[in-house]
Amino acid sequence: MRANYGCRELSGQFLASKWHAAIARQFAFRTRLRSAAAPLVFPMPEPVPAAYDSKIEGNVIFTRLDAAMNWMRKNSLWPMPMGLACCAIELMATAASRFDIARFGSEVMRFSPRQCDVMIVAGTVTYKMALAVKRIWDQMPEPKWCIAMGACASSGGMYRSYAVLQGIDQLLPVDVYISGCPPRPEALLEGLMRLQKKIEGERALIMQKPKLIEDVEALV
Amino acid sequence: MTGAELLSSIGRVFGDNILGRVEFRGEITFAIAPEDLREIARCCRDDLSFDYLIDISSVDNFGQDPRFEIVYELYSLSVGVHLRLKTAIDEEICAVDTVSDIWPTANWHEREIYDMMGIKFNNHPDLRRILMWDGYPFFPLRKDFPLEGKSSEMPDVAFSQAAPMEGGPFVTVPSTATTKDREPRARRPDLNEES
Repeated sequence: MRANYGCRELSGQFLASKWHAAIARQFAFRTRLRSAAAPLVFPMPEPVPAAYDSKIEGNVIFTRLDAAMNWMRKNSLWPMPMGLACCAIELMATAASRFDIARFGSEVMRFSPRQCDVMIVAGTVTYKMALAVKRIWDQMPEPKWCIAMGACASSGGMYRSYAVLQGIDQLLPVDVYISGCPPRPEALLEGLMRLQKKIEGERALIMQKPKLIEDVEALV
Repeated sequence: MTGAELLSSIGRVFGDNILGRVEFRGEITFAIAPEDLREIARCCRDDLSFDYLIDISSVDNFGQDPRFEIVYELYSLSVGVHLRLKTAIDEEICAVDTVSDIWPTANWHEREIYDMMGIKFNNHPDLRRILMWDGYPFFPLRKDFPLEGKSSEMPDVAFSQAAPMEGGPFVTVPSTATTKDREPRARRPDLNEES
């Protein structure tokens, strides 16, 4: 069953067990739950008979854990701004007020790779810079995604030359390629939304926490 | 001193050390021997007020002898006169004296020439590559270096690979045709003959 991606899902709690609580704590620091303290303005969901309890009515949500994790991740993609050339100007414009990447939860540009979720490679990757980009990518914690912004980062662009890496995908796995030289900020936002769609479909827990699932199954 | 006086005085000062003089659209170029370079450079700065070294560039006349040429662009800020000095460098020697102690800005210009063309500068204080990484084995602006580059590997520093040319190089053509006809395309001479 697909989860219902409404705001109310996370405004309450989706904790059905201590196990869920542990998972939630693990990921709560990644999600700035601004609405947690705010009063609900949405109508209450239809109560599910199995969980009905007038005291906690509306505070218990059933969903797939994968869906909850994906929901948190995709709406809080902190970018690593790997600005290497003129695309970085468009990246800055995307972050500024006119286009406002904050609408998609990605306004927190982190200059420390340890705090980043998505690396936006914006610009020409020269061979001299290539291993530095790779190193920064390696320093980012999992789960992580990569957007190749613009022609140069995607394929070397117009620099078919001795000095330029012919696409950052030769060094790291790219999730979204954005065409343009440089791309408009709208194109970057579209790429970000595509990435969010991709994250929605990931089987986050099964793919990334096989050990945890093993342990839980052993307990059960 | 006016510009014209200054330029005419150069010929008098250096006399036989000037191997050739070319004037084109008001720009004076002197050809000099590499052995005289430092003496002439110092004189240009101290006595003739050429206090500004605009640029140093290098030319690879591949197939000719001497192969390389280094071009010094001088400017006198006080008089407002431009002067160009050219000196030919033999491929076997492939070195010339530095002028970085005369004009400090020459330091990085000479490093760039060393990096791109492989010409060494005697007594340069810090002759390292400036654009490519230390250990890159080629000199990419030489005419015998392929446009797509060559593969190289410096572990933990950098690597390089030959770029796929896909029928290139992609060149534009000067014409009054439409943008579509002018835009950069693979225009290899052998392919063009077929079409």
